[in-house]
Amino acid sequence: MTAPLPDAILSLVNVSKSFGAHRVLQNVSLQVMRGQVTVIIGPSGGGKSTLLRCFNLLETPDSGSISFDGVELFCAEGAGTRHARGAIQRKARSEMPMVFQSFNLFNNLNVIDNVLSGPIFVQKRARREALEDASRILARVGLHDKHGAFPHELSGGQRQRVAIARALAMHPKMVLFDEPTSALDPELVSGVLDMIKLLADDGMTLVVVTHEMGFARELATTVAFVADGGILKTGTPREIFDNPKEGRVIDFLARFRREAGTRHDRTAPH
Amino acid sequence: MQRFLTDFVPTYLPDLLAGAVVTLELSFASMAAGLLIGLSVAIGRLSSFRALRWPLDAFVEIWRDVPLIVQLLVIYFTLPQLGVSLPAFWAAVVGLSLNLGAYISEVFRAAILSIDNGQTIAGRSIGMSQMQIYRHIVLPQAFVVSLPTLGGYFIALLKDSSLVSFISVNELLRHGTIIISSTFQSMQTYFLVAVVYFVMSFVASRLIRRLEHSMSFESRHKRWSGAHAKADIAVVTDTKALP
Repeated sequence: MTAPLPDAILSLVNVSKSFGAHRVLQNVSLQVMRGQVTVIIGPSGGGKSTLLRCFNLLETPDSGSISFDGVELFCAEGAGTRHARGAIQRKARSEMPMVFQSFNLFNNLNVIDNVLSGPIFVQKRARREALEDASRILARVGLHDKHGAFPHELSGGQRQRVAIARALAMHPKMVLFDEPTSALDPELVSGVLDMIKLLADDGMTLVVVTHEMGFARELATTVAFVADGGILKTGTPREIFDNPKEGRVIDFLARFRREAGTRHDRTAPH
Repeated sequence: MQRFLTDFVPTYLPDLLAGAVVTLELSFASMAAGLLIGLSVAIGRLSSFRALRWPLDAFVEIWRDVPLIVQLLVIYFTLPQLGVSLPAFWAAVVGLSLNLGAYISEVFRAAILSIDNGQTIAGRSIGMSQMQIYRHIVLPQAFVVSLPTLGGYFIALLKDSSLVSFISVNELLRHGTIIISSTFQSMQTYFLVAVVYFVMSFVASRLIRRLEHSMSFESRHKRWSGAHAKADIAVVTDTKALP
């Protein structure tokens, strides 16, 4: 068992998870470093999203342990299970909000109230004070003129930027992205990726599950390749993309290049 | 016909309207209690707490599978034998609201399930409690979805409440039967009773239609950009100067 490194904000040790008979994660260990961008890539159905959802306990692992910022969230090793619930669980989640593939904005709230939902409902801040902050964050994601709009009136790219603003309004320690551009029209992808880039440049700790290889290569500090329920390889983008040694990784990247080549995808690996 | 309008209506309408007031009181009280019961049962049946589920399933089945009139008779005539005796009006409210609650719980359950689960997951992912997610996100949307059906139930309730005349509640229909027993003018009386029920239900259905419209997101957006956006915008313009 590996001890968490000193500057690891999140540490997973030997996490396993099954849905019925289907083993989705098998003894996965991963450390997320403070201030770094960790990008998770790999084939569909390989367990990337489930792995990410274990971070904030949206999925409960069957075994293993998870700790975040010095707090143990889950531990099931040998006898007995400890599982952070209630206030501790909610606090941890509020410190690592998640941005989803399908945006998941609150449809009954307008843009500003979506952004204010965390500060007001979870952090119990006063609306007036939180509002200044939320407006600034909305301006930062380029939506200062959309305060009163409802989610159904926005484009996919705008919705995703609202979702990012909603996450940032918590002043999180880390932000989780679950395929944030997969549901977007191709021409809207770059706007959202640029947003994420800005956050990375600010030194925010990010974990991004993505199929955007160009993005992964450019921005990642660490790339984790997940397939068949395990992390087959972690390394720098250079190690993963330029000099892969594992067969699965080589196959995956080759297939990606082929598809990208036929689609003339701007995000193709170089 | 002449005598009906000039004689009968002025003489007996006030009495029937007094009954109609009781009908409205019954309906509003039962609707309010029914909504509360329906909401609690729906949330209970959807919760992950299994011990709650089978009693609530049983509750819904029992109240849906016995005729309302029989339920009212049991509450009013049988329960006193067991030491629970309620005044007729409250026995009626209990019967009507439990019956309505069982039906409404199914309306709410379906409406809650129709709200895209991603929003619940998103709420959890920013640290909201299940209670907050229900209160601020899911229920406001589920309520808009269920409003047309709830409106239909309310109108049905206005009319079904006439059954409680069987347990001696002095509502509209019973006022009518009392008039008949002293005047023997059943034809005119029942016709006038029917007119009063129609007017109440018609007005109710119009009002519900309006409520549906004002609850839609579009009209709420208009209101936001009109009145209460001002305060927000004042703050927002302040912050433009901030870094």
